[in-house]
Amino acid sequence: MQLTVNGTAHSLDDLEPDMPLLWVLRDVLDIKGPKYGCGIAQCGACTVHVGGRAVRSCQIPVGDVRGDVTTIEGLGTPDAPHPVQAAWIETQVAQCGYCQSGQIMQAAHLLADMPEPTDAQILDAMSGNLCRCGTYPRIRAAVRLAARAMAEEA
Amino acid sequence: MGRAGTIARRTFLAGSVAIAGGVAFGIWRFHTPHANPLQAGLPEGAAALTPYVLITEGAITLITPRADSGQGAVSVQAALIAEELDVDLDQVATDPGPPSPAYWNTALSSDAVPFRATNTGWLAERVRDLADVPMKFLGMQVTGGSTTVPDGYEKLRRAGAMARETLKATAARMHDLPVADLRTVLGAVILPDGTRLSYQSLAAEAAQTAPVTDVALRGPKSWRVLGKPMQRIDMVAKSTGTQAYGIDIDLPDMLHAALRLNPAKGAELLGYDASEARAMRGVEEIVEIPGGVAVIADNTWRAMQAAQAITCDWAPAPYPAEMAGHWQALSDSFTPEAQDSRWRDDGDVAAALDGAADVEVEYRAPYLAHAPLEPLSATVRYTPDRTDIWTGTQVPRFVQGNAAEITGQDAGAVHVHAQMIGGSFGHRLEDEVSRHATRIAMAVPGRPVKLTYAREEDMAQDFPRQIAMARGRGRVSDDRVEAYDLGIAMPSVLTSQMGRQGIPAAGPDLQIVAGAWDQPFAIPHYRVTGYRAPDLVPVSSWRAVGASTNGFFHDCLLDELIHAAGADPLAERLRLCDHAASRRVLEAVGEMSGWGSPMAEGRGRGVAFCLSFGVPCAQVIEVTDTGDGIRLDRVFVAAEVGRILDPVNFEGLVQGGVIFGLGHAMNCRITYANGAAEQTNFDRYPGIRLYQCPEIEVRGLETAETIRGIGEPPVPPAPAALANAIFAATGTRLREMPFDGGIDFV
Repeated sequence: MQLTVNGTAHSLDDLEPDMPLLWVLRDVLDIKGPKYGCGIAQCGACTVHVGGRAVRSCQIPVGDVRGDVTTIEGLGTPDAPHPVQAAWIETQVAQCGYCQSGQIMQAAHLLADMPEPTDAQILDAMSGNLCRCGTYPRIRAAVRLAARAMAEEA
Repeated sequence: MGRAGTIARRTFLAGSVAIAGGVAFGIWRFHTPHANPLQAGLPEGAAALTPYVLITEGAITLITPRADSGQGAVSVQAALIAEELDVDLDQVATDPGPPSPAYWNTALSSDAVPFRATNTGWLAERVRDLADVPMKFLGMQVTGGSTTVPDGYEKLRRAGAMARETLKATAARMHDLPVADLRTVLGAVILPDGTRLSYQSLAAEAAQTAPVTDVALRGPKSWRVLGKPMQRIDMVAKSTGTQAYGIDIDLPDMLHAALRLNPAKGAELLGYDASEARAMRGVEEIVEIPGGVAVIADNTWRAMQAAQAITCDWAPAPYPAEMAGHWQALSDSFTPEAQDSRWRDDGDVAAALDGAADVEVEYRAPYLAHAPLEPLSATVRYTPDRTDIWTGTQVPRFVQGNAAEITGQDAGAVHVHAQMIGGSFGHRLEDEVSRHATRIAMAVPGRPVKLTYAREEDMAQDFPRQIAMARGRGRVSDDRVEAYDLGIAMPSVLTSQMGRQGIPAAGPDLQIVAGAWDQPFAIPHYRVTGYRAPDLVPVSSWRAVGASTNGFFHDCLLDELIHAAGADPLAERLRLCDHAASRRVLEAVGEMSGWGSPMAEGRGRGVAFCLSFGVPCAQVIEVTDTGDGIRLDRVFVAAEVGRILDPVNFEGLVQGGVIFGLGHAMNCRITYANGAAEQTNFDRYPGIRLYQCPEIEVRGLETAETIRGIGEPPVPPAPAALANAIFAATGTRLREMPFDGGIDFV
């Protein structure tokens, strides 16, 4: 099995193909940004991009991954954050922060698909991501801020 | 009164925190400072000027012993120290420090005495002082009760000031200058000629200087950091996936564990068959633990898969197997024998209600899971001489003590490394996870083992929020509420929780009536009675604890009475309110919401109020009955905390608390069938999602004298405000949480 994560190719011949991508990332490749929250696609904390689409990595067997994987670590870094991450930092969205990797990956996919989302489109795209701390008002604000910032850059 | 009588009297007065026989000793201990835990193992040239400031050649480290579970505790603790130390937050590192009695929580106990927060009389203050003594005696390094800010407000600034003045005294001695001629700017002492001596360069000498303890604190007008919008120091890491949590620990040679525990909480494992699990790939060990069995494997997924492959024979639950038995136990507790407290008994309720109540109602609140998004985990490396534990916890001293008991080692041989916490809401006031992890790690000495709870185990094994029932009656006349009588029955959270730590909890449990008996209303005939239900499912502190249920009961009964009187909900609350700060928050939400302005057909607004943890908080919620269900439109919140240290974080915590209160009130419950929790993942425990989240406008008031924390107080009024708003929009009174049992939400 070949798996490309954040631009790095990995050979994973000795793994069960039904191991969820989440656990391959976390325990095999030591990429800890994607989080385990529920294991049943109900919280979105494990969200990564596969082939540019936001997916729940707890639900995808590693053997079924078709496309390059990007995790929050590959989206941007503390020194060079992605515009969505920059908006999250400026808006000070996070409380415990545990869901925010998934929220940010979901928002990054939304804005790649729809650079000027309506409020309804934001709600549609982001409502599968659970935040137990209740940072939703700032998530909403940060998505709007990121959309504006990306429009200005473009 | 003899000595024993004095102790008994104080035990009573100090209520829930008193430790039988410990108070007098505690008073003596009170005057003996705990040793500074940073002095042990200090490298050459390093100075630990107070338990909160560590300066080495390379770095200034601020010790932030209160756990950060998302509320920004690390940032605010660091800011309090930095304000007086004269450093910027980007110049310093932070560290949770070791478990130590020096980090006792002096604010936790002040809310655990049976005086209303609005009572600042001599006796109330004296008892609050006394309550602090057993807290310090125990060295309870506890994060909870919305106490991080009130506990640290003076103590941490004083620590910063003492470190600063000691550094100045050091520089003065080295350069033979009067201290008064020196000043400090951003991590350096400045000499009169402009020479800049960094704190780090002074560290070695400062360690030889007698600490300057007589320091004056700066007033808010001269603050550089506090009181202004801050950038929390964890924001970049939490926005880039680089924040490590307890569950992310990775150590060389580490193994991974998963467990199965009896779904009937606290009941035994009678037998098991792990033959299939043992043969599964990656499995290293099967370990029996109290109430269950664990698998050690080479990664988390394999451990979880193998744990599921074990067949177990479980003993039945030590509490009623079905919910009907739990509700019956509460219902049966409204008796004189079960009466736990009646600290509010104004006028003559019995006479006023003699056979003629205008309102007579019953309310219910369910068990709830804490369910922080990061499931429980703990990593333990056991060796015969030393045990290391990495975990996110609000009670590091309990983690240490209990692990020591399990391993048979001295507490000093158990090293707890506190980790950043991915949410808690009270979950991590329990340390069962580290107890299990310690036992599991003892099966493989020398190798670290990370135990990760599956979400299903995290919720099934949670010590839930207490189930509660309330019965209310009242009378009204002439547009006024005349008589109010509320009885509340619940199991004692305090007894359950402290019992697991081997600490007896004497006297009445304040939490049974918190958020109800202590409300600032002058109703002519006004009574609140607490009834102690028998222990059922073992319960624990859930964000706002007793007030999380009682805020709903108390305010909804008041709302029903006001409605029966034909009065305006806000105007009548204001008329009855006898506490200035509480009136101000009610007036604030009235103004913010445009209270009284007309609303369209099918829309409604409700107001609610609860004073909890010393914080008066009022909320107005607007809803729309869409025909398909209720939509939450807007929330207006006002809270009085004395002083706001970071307005950005304050607003976020208030919004989060409101959402937490609303989401659980709408659609969350833990019910037990055959002794097991029926909701063990977020498919059956949804909470609020973004599409349901109302706009939330927040106003913080800073007029009170005492500074208070804001983590919990926004939670209790939210369910009541929602129920009252739904009544205004639809005419339907919801008296049982969660409300989706009685009405739909869109």
